[in-house]
Amino acid sequence: MADVIQVEHLIKKYKTGQKNAVNDISFSVKAGEFFTLLGPNGAGKTTTISILNTTLSKTSGTLKVAGFDVDTQSADVRQSIGVIFQNQSLDLNLTAEENIRFHAVLYGLYPFRPTYGLMPDSYKKRVQELAQILDIQEKIFDQIKTFSGGMKRKLEIIRGLIHNPKVLFLDEPTTGLDPLSRQNLWEYLSEVRKELKTTIFLTTHYLEEAENADRVCIINHGQIVSLGSPEDLKKEFVEEYIVMDSLHRAQLMKELKSHHLRFEGEGPFTVHLDKKTVQQVIQFIKVNLTVVKVHSPSLEEAYVEVIKEDVAHT
Amino acid sequence: MKTINAILTIAGRDLIKLLRDRTRLLASLVFPFIFIGVLGTSLDSNLSENVGYNFLVFVFTGVIGQTLFQSTASGIISLIEDRENDFSQEMFVAPVSRYAIILGKIIGESLVALVQLVGILALGIVLRIPITASQFLAILPAVIVCCLFGGAFGTIVMANLSDQRKANQVFPFIIFPQFFLAGVFTPIQNLPLPLFWLSRISPMTYAVDLVRSAYFWGTPEYSKVVLYSPLFNLTVIGILFVLMLGAGTFLFVRNERNK
Repeated sequence: MADVIQVEHLIKKYKTGQKNAVNDISFSVKAGEFFTLLGPNGAGKTTTISILNTTLSKTSGTLKVAGFDVDTQSADVRQSIGVIFQNQSLDLNLTAEENIRFHAVLYGLYPFRPTYGLMPDSYKKRVQELAQILDIQEKIFDQIKTFSGGMKRKLEIIRGLIHNPKVLFLDEPTTGLDPLSRQNLWEYLSEVRKELKTTIFLTTHYLEEAENADRVCIINHGQIVSLGSPEDLKKEFVEEYIVMDSLHRAQLMKELKSHHLRFEGEGPFTVHLDKKTVQQVIQFIKVNLTVVKVHSPSLEEAYVEVIKEDVAHT
Repeated sequence: MKTINAILTIAGRDLIKLLRDRTRLLASLVFPFIFIGVLGTSLDSNLSENVGYNFLVFVFTGVIGQTLFQSTASGIISLIEDRENDFSQEMFVAPVSRYAIILGKIIGESLVALVQLVGILALGIVLRIPITASQFLAILPAVIVCCLFGGAFGTIVMANLSDQRKANQVFPFIIFPQFFLAGVFTPIQNLPLPLFWLSRISPMTYAVDLVRSAYFWGTPEYSKVVLYSPLFNLTVIGILFVLMLGAGTFLFVRNERNK
């Protein structure tokens, strides 16, 4: 698949900054990919996303989004993307329908009309479809002040998709949402991905949200410190192990040693897999086990290890 | 066509917001009420005989120019706050030029200011300020010019302010002295030289004088009240409008991305 985002040697130094906020990073994102940019606060995530969505200028480097240069073809880039900001970008004084209408007109999908009644039938049909997806058919003409946080976020995403963008940028989209709203939102986004094949570019502090990403890019101090699939990152940075115990600990220890299995503790034992499968390790053990817990590393653990390693090197 | 639709959308949004915000609507009438109803009436009672014309009308026409100019200017400056919040973030990532955003905002804030004009005129009727149909028709284009001029002034101020805090601190210092330098409440025909120059470089002076020249056109008080001919005022306003809007938008667009 072709690259929908290309970033080469991007550097950004703010006028007031001492150091480069983004310091020579290069990566690409394939069309339809779910790409996640992770990093601590101040790592350069929002700076990168702002440069990609053309609201901030770069210091140097080459960036293309949907085949368009972010500097010389910024209007084409904007037409090809949708952006969900960290801060809410809905107008609370307007109704849900008005928020959608104003977005649609700004993106050139429909001509400006001061009221819903004057809009073309194709628009009205689209709005009713969207209202159905959001399950707000009865509230579509209400001011969105009364909507829940999760509902507002969902509305923003729906609005952001109305012009069929090739890339949807989500800058910490679930910050401040309760767990149920977050779950609903991700269910909806995964449906959108399946249906529209939209490329998702996400930044988040909730690592579990990045577990389903195709690739994760971790940046720290403006530089890429790791880039790969969540599975690759976990394998590289976090060990898989089994916690096991038996009423006959001496026998268990003997068996572990005899099969040259690396372990820690005197019971329960932490047995490192060292590239073996869980099945292989368990087969070596003949003594009755009272505890067997397989520890599958999470992306969060991998992320913490990556950042720790980077801090140790600097 | 797409740009025109975007400009109309941005302008329409400002008007809808005002009409839904009753508190803001009421608040926008408080200052004109204080200026015309309280200050104007008081000055009229004490000064009218000496100056030889209806002082309440003098203040009334001054406040119209000042309110519309200031309202549009401060509306434009609200873009600083807006771009960090609500729907305006959306505008800045939409495929719409920054010039169209500014123009849409100026038209929108002008419409907002013109809604306030209705309130001021109603106040004028209550205070029995004489206004004929021809005077009303004459001031109508003048007030539209005031609004657009205030918008251009707001753009150049906004372009040089990086955040809302700075805008809140600086804007009153730029706008309030103009109330007095522009002769909103008091005549400025005769001033000490330093004040004279300050008054003549104050953009609001020409907005206020344009409204007065439209209202007092053909009346015996014209020469006592009005500083310059409408043509002169329009020329100055036209030049300043182009300079402030052009430079302001250019700087705003540049500063917006080059952080």
